[in-house]
Amino acid sequence: MTAYLLKRFLIGALTLVFASLVVFSVLEILPGDPARLMLGMNASEETVQVLREQMGLNQPLLLRYFDWAGGLLTLDFGKSYTYSVPVIDLIAERVVVSLPLAIMALFLSTVIAIPVGVFAAQRRGRTADTLSMGAAQIGVAIPNFWFALILIYIFAVWLRLVPAGGFPGWNAGVWPAFKALILPAVALALPQAAILARVTRSALLEVLGEDYIRTARAKGMPRSHVLWRHALRNAMIPVLTILGLQFAFLLAGTIIIENVFYLPGLGRLIFQAITQRDLIVVESVVMLLVATVIVVNLLVDLSYAIVDPRLRSRQ
Amino acid sequence: MKTWKSILAAGLLALASSSAALAARTDLVLGIPLEPPHLDPTAGAAAAIDEVLYANVFEGLTRIGPNGEVLPALAESWTISDDSKVYTFKLRAGVKYHDGSDFNADDVKFSLDRARAEDSTNAQKALFAAIDTVETVDSGTVKVTLKNPQGSFLYNMGWGDAVIVAPESAGTNKEKPIGTGPFKFDNWAKGSAIRLVKNDGYWGDPIALDKAEFRIIPDAAAAVPALLSGDVQALPNFQLGDALPQVQADPRFKVVIGSTEGETVLSINNKKPPFDDLKVRQAIAHALDRKAIIDGASGGFGVPIGSHFAPHNPAYVDLTGTYPHDVEKAKALLKEAGFGDGIKATLKLPPVGYARDGGQIVASQLREIGIELEIIPVEWADWLKQVFTEKDYDLSIVSHTEPNDIDIYSRKDYYFQYDNPDFDKVIAELNVTSDEAKRKELYGQAQKILAQDAVVGFLFELPKIGIWDAKAEGLWANSPIQANDLTKVKWME
Repeated sequence: MTAYLLKRFLIGALTLVFASLVVFSVLEILPGDPARLMLGMNASEETVQVLREQMGLNQPLLLRYFDWAGGLLTLDFGKSYTYSVPVIDLIAERVVVSLPLAIMALFLSTVIAIPVGVFAAQRRGRTADTLSMGAAQIGVAIPNFWFALILIYIFAVWLRLVPAGGFPGWNAGVWPAFKALILPAVALALPQAAILARVTRSALLEVLGEDYIRTARAKGMPRSHVLWRHALRNAMIPVLTILGLQFAFLLAGTIIIENVFYLPGLGRLIFQAITQRDLIVVESVVMLLVATVIVVNLLVDLSYAIVDPRLRSRQ
Repeated sequence: MKTWKSILAAGLLALASSSAALAARTDLVLGIPLEPPHLDPTAGAAAAIDEVLYANVFEGLTRIGPNGEVLPALAESWTISDDSKVYTFKLRAGVKYHDGSDFNADDVKFSLDRARAEDSTNAQKALFAAIDTVETVDSGTVKVTLKNPQGSFLYNMGWGDAVIVAPESAGTNKEKPIGTGPFKFDNWAKGSAIRLVKNDGYWGDPIALDKAEFRIIPDAAAAVPALLSGDVQALPNFQLGDALPQVQADPRFKVVIGSTEGETVLSINNKKPPFDDLKVRQAIAHALDRKAIIDGASGGFGVPIGSHFAPHNPAYVDLTGTYPHDVEKAKALLKEAGFGDGIKATLKLPPVGYARDGGQIVASQLREIGIELEIIPVEWADWLKQVFTEKDYDLSIVSHTEPNDIDIYSRKDYYFQYDNPDFDKVIAELNVTSDEAKRKELYGQAQKILAQDAVVGFLFELPKIGIWDAKAEGLWANSPIQANDLTKVKWME
């Protein structure tokens, strides 16, 4: 188990180093000058040069890479070109929106998807199965920004139960902040739930066809006991894999939903930073996300070992 | 059940009567599509900075009014020497910054010197180029001496980039702006909203609003429900596209179509063959059907222009008839120029609706006369690099939003690469003329030269589409300068 963990950590660390090189070089070759962008069309070239100097853009590339990568090691993410505040502050402001939102959406999608998947698998080929999987198909197919707009028009414009968008901040109170995240979480969760339900169903069906399930049933074990205790547990591995991927996606891949609800999340921070060529922000946020994905994958790997004892002993 | 009903009824009654007893509301939430990168108008070109802070938080010696007029602000009055080179400003007394410190002549000297210094990062440094010296006569008087007379000096001092800042807070204004205006900066939730509150110690007319919030809504699809649900009460300048008729039909809202200082043009690289040939540019001018372009690029809003000048300006001359839409004539001109077989060129478009939509129409109009355009969409940063800085382009579409910026055509390194000594002479003369009638005449001459030279394809003046609650009054209909001046905004009952 220790060797297994150690190997995982090592792979994770190497991935981070590699990612930092890729992220830095890819972004540095993007055309466009943050200083010119800031000063616009009426500024003279001299003024732009003065600002470039102030921003530290005139330093050699390699020096800037080591400055940045070295800073990352000590959790110093550098200073934003455009906002001229530490990047870590910007990230902190956004994480308090994106993280709760991702957790809410993941929670919603799990509590919807797993029961639906189990329900459909139990009734394989029957009308209930067809109907629920048909619904899941629709859930996958509906563009989530469109679904989000429908939710806004029903719950914000018409019923006025929640705000149409925006985020008041947690210091405005837990309930108002939570309320602002409900619709986005639902809009994010639905397509994820649809995917997860389909995965749960097919994973479960595969397990239900195994010999040991037949044996368990033959021994006279109650159907529900077989399903929940034996089958579902073994079907969890693909489900956990998908959940891990979804979490990473929900944390940063939510740019469209963040735009529709004008939420100040991580996705929009990256988007804004790219258009403003605030490269250091993009680089640092992307690295943070890479690190998150690595950690989540590690946790998923560990959880395999929990659901499947064979993996524990084998390592 | 009955008791419940009566409790509910009583509650509703109480609610109704209490709200009736309330005075008119004193807060306003405005939706803006772009977030300012920071909050210092003296250190960035982004329109969003001025749109939040100009006239609200920061003030200059002069200010630009709702119709583009120059009004006194921190300078109560001024005198101009006979040779038009020395401006003596009498400053308003009793003005305090939001941090409680006093405003005086030293701040004016500091601000102007800072903006024109060697290491200045003022985006409009040219505004201060004519200044020779700034001297404080006493704490309430400042004397500015110019190198040469400059007709637009008072106007220039009214720009957002020329606001007066205090030495103690100049370095931190990007994060925590400290000005002298009727609103104080309250907080900035990045990516979300910027909040202002009333400055009780304001020197000028008291304002009606207690609180103002600029909420960043990047998407028109999100702005409409925000407006309909009442979360946002004004979208002072927002391109809603297809959703506009829906809002227009709603009596709860006012839709006000105004003008801006944005001349939208089909930029032409005047040094790059075949566009260095006047006949080719004339052919392009004849090929353009402005009405169709305005319909497609701007939902039918926007006034056609025939030169680089805002139609609401008193010095405007209507030159839209210089090269009227005439496909046959355009073809004939191309043939005369030796391009009877047609021309292949590129059209690089920045990521704004009017450019991307207008580009399609321009391309199809030019195709009719034999000019095949390859449309290349580019990002802003990329546009500034390729088109603006490196001049690596044939044609582009962009709106030039700076007020009174006809002089850009006399700049040698400007991306149009236009060079006409006659035009430069007019601009040089304008720079040293302060007599209004004479200036107007010179502006007319400048407009005509540009129109005749068909320097670029002059398309239309960008409209300002303002939408706000029908009960809110005092928002600007036009946008003579990039600003959302809230000083006169109030709620009517």
